[in-house]
Amino acid sequence: MGLEQDGVPSVAVHTHVFKRLCNATALAMGMPRLRQAYVPQPVVDRSAAQLRAYIDGQDPTTHRPFMQEVLDGLLSPLEEADLQGLSFERTTPRLIEPATEDDLQRLFEENHWTDSLPIVLPTEARVEAMLKGTSHPPNEIVGKLRPTALREWWEFTVEKVAVNAVMAGARPEYFPVILALASSGISARSSSTNSFATITVINGPIRNELAMNSGIGVMGPYNHANATIGRAYGLLSQNLQGGSVPDDTYMGSLGNWLAYTALFPEAEERSPWQPLHVQKGYKPTESVASIFFGGWYSHAGYGPRATWQEKMRRSLAAVEQYSEPLLVVDPIVARGFVELGFDTKEKLIDWCADNALMTAREYWDNQWIQYLMRPRAVAGVEPYASRLKAKSDDVIKIFEPSEIHIVVAGGETQGAWKLMSGSLRATVSIDAWR
Amino acid sequence: MPRLRQAYTPHPVVDQSAAHLRGYIEGNDAISGRPFMQEVLEGLTSPLEDADITGLSFERTTPRFVEPDTEEKLQRLFEENRWTDMLPIVLPTEERVAAMLKGTSHPPDKIVGRLRPTVFREAWEFDVEKVAVNAVMAGARPEYLPVILALASSGVTARSSSTTSFATIPVINGPIRNELAMNTGIGVMGPYNHANATIGRAYGLLSQNLQGGSVPNETYMGSQGNWYAYTAVIPEAEERSPWQPLHVQQGYKPTDSIANLFFGGWYTHAGYGPRATWKEKMRHALAAVEQYSPPLFVMDPIVARGFVELGFDTKEKLIAWLADNALLTAREYWDNQSIQLLRPKAVAGIEPYASRLKAAPDDVIKIYEPSEIHIVVAGGETQGAWKMISGALRGTASIDAWR
Amino acid sequence: MPQQITVHDPRGYAPKVVGKRLAPRLSALDGKTVYLVDCLFDNTDVFIEQLRQWFAEHLPAVNTRIARPEKTWSDDEKMRAAIAADGDAAILAVGL
Repeated sequence: MGLEQDGVPSVAVHTHVFKRLCNATALAMGMPRLRQAYVPQPVVDRSAAQLRAYIDGQDPTTHRPFMQEVLDGLLSPLEEADLQGLSFERTTPRLIEPATEDDLQRLFEENHWTDSLPIVLPTEARVEAMLKGTSHPPNEIVGKLRPTALREWWEFTVEKVAVNAVMAGARPEYFPVILALASSGISARSSSTNSFATITVINGPIRNELAMNSGIGVMGPYNHANATIGRAYGLLSQNLQGGSVPDDTYMGSLGNWLAYTALFPEAEERSPWQPLHVQKGYKPTESVASIFFGGWYSHAGYGPRATWQEKMRRSLAAVEQYSEPLLVVDPIVARGFVELGFDTKEKLIDWCADNALMTAREYWDNQWIQYLMRPRAVAGVEPYASRLKAKSDDVIKIFEPSEIHIVVAGGETQGAWKLMSGSLRATVSIDAWR
Repeated sequence: MPRLRQAYTPHPVVDQSAAHLRGYIEGNDAISGRPFMQEVLEGLTSPLEDADITGLSFERTTPRFVEPDTEEKLQRLFEENRWTDMLPIVLPTEERVAAMLKGTSHPPDKIVGRLRPTVFREAWEFDVEKVAVNAVMAGARPEYLPVILALASSGVTARSSSTTSFATIPVINGPIRNELAMNTGIGVMGPYNHANATIGRAYGLLSQNLQGGSVPNETYMGSQGNWYAYTAVIPEAEERSPWQPLHVQQGYKPTDSIANLFFGGWYTHAGYGPRATWKEKMRHALAAVEQYSPPLFVMDPIVARGFVELGFDTKEKLIAWLADNALLTAREYWDNQSIQLLRPKAVAGIEPYASRLKAAPDDVIKIYEPSEIHIVVAGGETQGAWKMISGALRGTASIDAWR
Repeated sequence: MPQQITVHDPRGYAPKVVGKRLAPRLSALDGKTVYLVDCLFDNTDVFIEQLRQWFAEHLPAVNTRIARPEKTWSDDEKMRAAIAADGDAAILAVGL
């Protein structure tokens, strides 16, 4: 699109499953008539001969020869509609036309404003009550969100966040946490084909103020604050960023059950280690939210038992290598590791980074590593450059220590741990939103 | 038997040395603070009292209605009584439950089945109306009720009380998927479809409320909990799969509507493929499992077609490859507290456990039988993604039987 | 008759969209330079090479050049400037 502005006529080629998305993006950029041509899905992992067949074949969205679409896009004269771009103000109303409760629940669901579960309807009275949970004024801009770096930012106010907090079933005292998450700029509804979710860890006194649960069932449906704050983050993400609609603003092939809610407090009082926020330089008395982006794999184990090193290595070798791990351990496990000499989280993280290994061949045979890391490797950026220079059968380390995090949570009925895909994307102050 | 004699050691016992455990025996009872062995010996020798001789006998009846109150107070009551999953529910008014009951031809007072949090607890019974109440709470519609009744009738709970935080994942096959406009495409495992979301949720709510509860430290002991417990349902993408649907593999007609229940949800391994290094990737994923919990493989249709191109023209052929390649050393296999539960079977000579026990510690052994592994096709074809989720097939129920 | 209630709209505020013009088209490609831009996605390099061969076989009078941005998903201004300087048209593949 930048090339068009530079005066260079261009055609963009995509795979056919993305036609609706491409049209929507072009429209949002003010260039709905941008020339596009489509090949069949997938392109990934097809041979040269197969890709040549796509080029010699038909655009699956128009059934005309693919190269004809390309050449037409470069050669056909512009029409009236091409010469004006589109220009429009999208304004979002404050209130919705009055209707019955049943009709409104149905409307919210059909408009894709919910997560498909029942919501608390955001009446003026409920939103006003929620707004009492913060000292910030209703019209203050909280921040911006977008489904992906390729789409435009949408903006929103304290009041708009309150509306979504009410819908989730949250209470006014939870509101500062929800505002902090909204202000982070990280969407809990990424539109990536990868079906990412966000996992949020809460630290500091707010956990006890809100009676959050860091014990038995911490990651389950057993605590009102854990459940509704996590849910509010999801709902506000989809509604304040411009939507999360399958085939439009959501392209995750499999989806992710963590998207309903995935938020928990660290069991600081029962942990032998420093809490996450203190590791990051905050005071213990500060209340902080850390947002991890991933939720794609979740490896499980017990330990540390006699064979703990083999178990850990296997778990680390089975990760998706572009998504670094967040290790969530029950206090029993943490104490077990302290007994083995890992008296700080950092020492165990170093061990994990030394033992997260795979062959160079396997490392590079991954579409996301190809997209994201290969250009950096080619440009000489470490550690990617060395990983690229390695021979196919060389065993390489796949994570830096700074990419791995550990959090302690659980009810001590079992020495359980989870190694979850989660790259730390933001750390935000909850106190700032009281 | 409320007066049954008990004595308590500190936690954990798992993975502690003999000397450490001896320390427990010589120390104090963790609850009473008195010497542990004193509690044990008194329990065996102190004379019985009056209260010991009459056991307790009582009828627990559950009322049909809750005391009337405002909507806000009722939402709070349901939450405080732990009758919800902590998210807002639809209050089960008489009107709503009556409407829900129209979704089935079965009478409201027909017994549907029994559920219990674990095999060590008593099973509770419930009828069609009680299931309808929980279906309303979840936000489900009357047309979903046959699916929800089928899940309730299975005898498999979605709220296991195990210290391993299990979840139960239903897979849905047959025409019901399209009748209810379920989603098998983009975002299938996400918050993008009313039927997928509320049916899964209803299964969770009815499990906790109809089995006698799911209360932390009482009827729920999962140390870390499981986010899949909120809702987790997969309708198979039969029309876009190159393979037989799950229910047809089991001998059902394609036109039968069936629910299969997979118990696990504990690990989730992820990948793309099949790419050039697909075998290595698969072997890594299979070696990183929790060996007592076999995998349910959920793959996007792009992945399924990729495997067909590699020669796996049936699910069975791929399952056979997976079973051949799910390998651990015998030492690692047995160094797992849940596998230790299988040890008695091995000692009794039952296969395949007996052979796994006879293996030398460094021998590499197969950890699953093909019959334990299942494959389901679902996804929106925007990416060749797959998930390997812990899931042992625990129950199969006919949805048609509950229409 | 069930009571009617008023509730808030949960959506955020979209940015104002300003329309943009498309570039004028070419009358013919013979003798022109067409840049084949590799978007750096997986296997795109193979696709671009196949495209280049297609032009070589079918439209040999078109001068094709391959360009790659420095990294994915970001606007490479240097690359755009180079294309604008001596390119007459561009084909970008494969976007998604």
